[in-house]
Amino acid sequence: MLEIKNLTATAGGVEILRGITLTVNAGEVHAIMGPNGSGKSTLAQVLAGHPAYEVTGGSVTYKGQDLLDMEPEERAQAGVFLAFQYPVEIPGVTNAYFLRAAYNAKRKAQGLEELDPMDFLDLLEEKLKLVEWGPEIMSRAVNAGFSGGEKKRNEILQMAVLEPSLAILDETDSGLDIDALKIVADGVNALRRPDSATIVVTHYQRLLNHIVPDQVHVLAGGRIVRSGGKELALELEERGYEWLTEAAGAVA
Amino acid sequence: MTATGTPVAPAPRAVEPGWVAQLRREGAARFEGLRLPTTREEDWRFTDLSPIARAELGPARAPGGLTEADLAPFLFGHAEWPRLVFANGRLQPALSRLAGLPAGARVGSLAELLLDAPELVEDTLGKLAVQPAAAALVGQNASAFIDGYAVVLPAGTVVDTPIHVLFVADGRALRGAVFPRNVVVLGANAVASVVESYVALAEGVALTNTVTEANLAAGARFDHCKIQRESVQSFHLATLEVRQERDSYLNSFSFAQGAALSRTNIYTTLAGPGAHATLYGLYLGEGRQHVDHQTRIEHAAPNCTSWEVYKGILDGHAHGVFNGKVYVHPVAQKTDGKQTNKNLLLSETAKVDTKPQLEIFADDVKCTHGATVGSLDAVPLFYCQSRGIPAAEAQTLLTYAFAADVLEEIRSRPVVDHLEDLMREWLMKAGQRGSGSAGKATS
Ligand SMILES: Nc1ncnc2c1ncn2[C@@H]1O[C@H](COP(=O)(O)OP(=O)(O)OP(=O)(O)O)[C@@H](O)[C@H]1O
Ligand SMILES: [Mg+2]
Repeated sequence: MLEIKNLTATAGGVEILRGITLTVNAGEVHAIMGPNGSGKSTLAQVLAGHPAYEVTGGSVTYKGQDLLDMEPEERAQAGVFLAFQYPVEIPGVTNAYFLRAAYNAKRKAQGLEELDPMDFLDLLEEKLKLVEWGPEIMSRAVNAGFSGGEKKRNEILQMAVLEPSLAILDETDSGLDIDALKIVADGVNALRRPDSATIVVTHYQRLLNHIVPDQVHVLAGGRIVRSGGKELALELEERGYEWLTEAAGAVA
Repeated sequence: MTATGTPVAPAPRAVEPGWVAQLRREGAARFEGLRLPTTREEDWRFTDLSPIARAELGPARAPGGLTEADLAPFLFGHAEWPRLVFANGRLQPALSRLAGLPAGARVGSLAELLLDAPELVEDTLGKLAVQPAAAALVGQNASAFIDGYAVVLPAGTVVDTPIHVLFVADGRALRGAVFPRNVVVLGANAVASVVESYVALAEGVALTNTVTEANLAAGARFDHCKIQRESVQSFHLATLEVRQERDSYLNSFSFAQGAALSRTNIYTTLAGPGAHATLYGLYLGEGRQHVDHQTRIEHAAPNCTSWEVYKGILDGHAHGVFNGKVYVHPVAQKTDGKQTNKNLLLSETAKVDTKPQLEIFADDVKCTHGATVGSLDAVPLFYCQSRGIPAAEAQTLLTYAFAADVLEEIRSRPVVDHLEDLMREWLMKAGQRGSGSAGKATS
């Protein structure tokens, strides 16, 4: 599904990713953990095609295609979805309009007919159930004035509508209360398919109780310094990152 | 024509009263003395009217035979809305209709009113449009106007549907000038809404220099919306000057899309306590269009509020100008005023001069102002793209979102819908021109 090889990237001339290698197969869940500023969001944004980051080396292959050669919208249409750590507010554009535009863009790319507003509302109704939301949210402007938790939930709603093959969740659990965390985690699990994969970036083992990872990676200083099974997350919870970053520093 | 009767042409035997003749003489003299303003004058610094003088335009010729079909692209709202049509400055009775107005309402041709009931507008016509910045334009208009609309409502009269006044220029207006003159007199607690549309049936050089004076008695409410869609080669000069008594409310909207060079003056004086004014505007410019708005809100009484939001979207080599002044007199304690001008540049060659100004001579007031000029934010653009929305479409969406909220301030839904359509059409063309900033946005 996704093959990242020796990926390096800079922002504003500063090297942030220093050689990431990671393979994610269909059906898998990978967790990425690591200290603040280690490059987790950068990796996620680079995969989504954020123009602020310059890829300086390495390759990313997604479903056999060169992901780095695709425009951000092409990546999305091909099934890559990034749930932002900081979802963006778009005043003046309703959630309903935004979701339909996104949904239809994907349909169009697949050569399918666009859905009219009525049919789309039916589809939305189903998706709203998944995040346990009423229809009121649809007439509000995208994320504008949403609470932190509502923004995260809205990301999952978008994900539900777009049904991605590769979902990258960047700290979607941060800022969620206990109930919301469960709703979001259940939502993510419900959207999993044998032919889809998920990357969850998180600081907390708690989320991984709900979304159980096949592999856990620790990112530090722009590199993966440790990979392991789900028990690695528990170990990190107990020991912190220092023992790993020190080891990595010694290598670097 | 009158509110209740069928449209009739003005009776030929009558003549204008002496005070109107004098107004015309004074106007002519003022225009002779001042000529068109130059960029050496502070109020006209960014707007050069010399192309108008150079064009040497004579009076517009009478129109050819206009039909309902000619108007179709410019109509909106409901069929039963009162409608007045002027072509090349002349009333078109056959295309106008004023059924359903309440008794006592006097809505129709100003020229006609000046013949049979001039006293109704004597305190307003020529008395309100006095701002020095527009003196030459207003003078020229007074000297040359043929007609325009008059809305005179007695106290308590409510006209709850918008009155749509169309000023149409056909091919016979080319190389000519039209001077509409309009008067609105609202008695205490009267309510009126007027939409002025300036539209062209033919492309070419022409001038519109229009003046509207509105006198709002205590508690009156006036919604005024000007839709400017003149030929992109033409000149459009417009002045609205309003006087507001106690607790009256002016809601003004200026939509500017046409003309090579346009200047809209909107001036209001909050003369009685508790008066409230909201001034909104949206201007769209492309090519080499020059679009200028000057507003002036005089707080001349205590406890008045004013709220102003103007937005501009400029593409190509267009030049936008916004000059807004809020002037708070010493007596105007407890003034609450807020003024905002936001501009979105879709190209690197478009530009804006914006100058929101506060002049405050009272000490207990709450006034703020601000202006922004910028291109589309890269972050929301990427967010849209990351959801699969193509860059060009995302740009159109975000540009639309930038401006759409200000349109919502118009009270009549059909007018809002119409302007939304115009804006969407404009944005689509901007997208096709490809001069937009898609892909060029930086963070
Ligand atoms: N656009 C940018 N321009 C300059 N520096 C950037 C940019 N984006 C990220 N960085 C820097 O790169 C480093 C990695 O940031 P990143 O957001 O990827 O960290 P993270 O691992 O997601 O951290 P957190 O756990 O706090 O979310 C930080 O030092 C950050 O300041
Ligand atoms: Mg992060």
